[in-house]
Amino acid sequence: MTLLDPVWTSLLYLAAAVFFILALRGLSSPRTARRGNLIGALGALIAVVTVFLSSRLENIPWILSAIAVGTVVAAPVARRVKMTQMPQLVALFNGVGGGAAALVALLELSHADDPWVRLAIVFTLLVGAVSFAGSGVTFAKLQELMTTRPVVFRGLPAVMAAVLLAAVAAGVAVIMSGSAALAVLLLVLGLLAGVLLVLPVGGADVPIVISLLNAFTGLAVAASGVVLGNVVLVVAGTLVGASGTILTRAMAAAMGRSVAGILFGAFRGGSTAGSTAMSERPVRSSSAEDVAVLLGYAQRVIIVPGYGLAVAQGQHTAAELALALEARGIDVDFAIHPVAGRMPGHMNVLLAEANVPYESLKEMGEINPEFKTADVALVVGANDVVNPAAKTSSGSPIYGMPILEVADARQVVFLKRSMRPGFAGIENDLLYEPQTSLLFGDAKESLAQVLGAVKTL
Amino acid sequence: MDGMSLLTITVLAVFVGFEVVSKVSSTLHTPLMSGANAIHGIILVGAIIVAGQATDPWMLAVALLAVVLATANLVGGFVVTDRMLHMFHARKQLAGKEAATKAATGEVDGK
Repeated sequence: MTLLDPVWTSLLYLAAAVFFILALRGLSSPRTARRGNLIGALGALIAVVTVFLSSRLENIPWILSAIAVGTVVAAPVARRVKMTQMPQLVALFNGVGGGAAALVALLELSHADDPWVRLAIVFTLLVGAVSFAGSGVTFAKLQELMTTRPVVFRGLPAVMAAVLLAAVAAGVAVIMSGSAALAVLLLVLGLLAGVLLVLPVGGADVPIVISLLNAFTGLAVAASGVVLGNVVLVVAGTLVGASGTILTRAMAAAMGRSVAGILFGAFRGGSTAGSTAMSERPVRSSSAEDVAVLLGYAQRVIIVPGYGLAVAQGQHTAAELALALEARGIDVDFAIHPVAGRMPGHMNVLLAEANVPYESLKEMGEINPEFKTADVALVVGANDVVNPAAKTSSGSPIYGMPILEVADARQVVFLKRSMRPGFAGIENDLLYEPQTSLLFGDAKESLAQVLGAVKTL
Repeated sequence: MDGMSLLTITVLAVFVGFEVVSKVSSTLHTPLMSGANAIHGIILVGAIIVAGQATDPWMLAVALLAVVLATANLVGGFVVTDRMLHMFHARKQLAGKEAATKAATGEVDGK
């Protein structure tokens, strides 16, 4: 017997669904974002408690142990992960969610006789598997376990088409027969499709693909809700699917890309232009003292932080340098590209961690006209987001992405680890311009040296 | 629940989903994606149901794997989102404190 009657069960699921809607709304505004997230967690708690109280469940000790295992594994990782590695963690969590949905659908097949329910199972299996494998590949790209360049091989479109056709055929066969073996085959085809979908995506576009796969997992969860006749899964999954689609488009727009272009761009070929070997052209390399003089006698300095700054954990030193320059009466701002770091908003999070005041962080639209009046643009560990190839070279993978117009500044200083091209794997012509100088080294150490030199001016 | 009601709910949820995130600044894209990611961890409810119905040990093992994965998605997702947003919050408090100190010491902001 169960503790809750169907009416109470429905009411509690409804409450959970409302909480999820409020959570997404809260997350859309900076003031209410944190509360929104907590409301979402509360909704999830209500739904999980409700399922225990309302369904006739066997194996409860096993289930509770499995929940404990999942919590013990995920919570400490989520709490301790470095903020720079957070995008790949989100990708990983998204993938396991998709995997869970696929497994749920696989197990429900034995209870499903209705063809519509079987159709929902097929959908969940396929989309969940795509999301699981695709997220795995994005994780590998972000963690740099594999190349961040687009991976394409001859015949990729044909292989992809064959896999999708086979998946459709297997799906139809599963709906007709209800065969578990065919369902496993479908699962494998889904995994393959997920890998093939993400391989051709270039490193700079990976965040958008994470968002897209996030929406996919939402849809898989919604379909599994149809399979189980569970309304909270349907509502939560659909919400994530719909909002994830909007979010993916918004992210792509912020980068001047189209979602279709990202997924299929590499298929058309030519998009790897510019990712050739490094050029032999000379660059002007500079010392920390030279950079300090440039900065110390400027009137207006704009700092452009990038992922390299974050990796070196140099955000605190950058904040100190900004303070030291401001103490000399110099106007200092941070120019934040929408996708600085690895994800939209990522750099804001990192600089917030270093207590850089909110007013100093300028968004791209606001700061771009101001580069003309800047004496020095100090680019710390950023490359793709200031690469003029995005404006000038139509064959480049980042063509069309809005960039920070650092070339307009009187002097441009790059703090770089090496001449290695950025995450998108494209060379930056700005490095060879006459107004550009480079200071090689770890971003944090370079900043510390410059900071020391500024203090002795 | 019958198919028609589920379809109705789904279609309405699509519009709600479009609507609630339609005006979000790019600063919040990452936390919003992460929060939405946590919400689909609710597949845990489905995993619990199938694990509770599993009769043979193989099915139970697969279902429990789904429970572990779904829990990781749900718990990890909310925790990591909270951490991101905590930093936004901490920054505001600190900026406020700095402004207060500056005002108290009579320091004039150069801008």
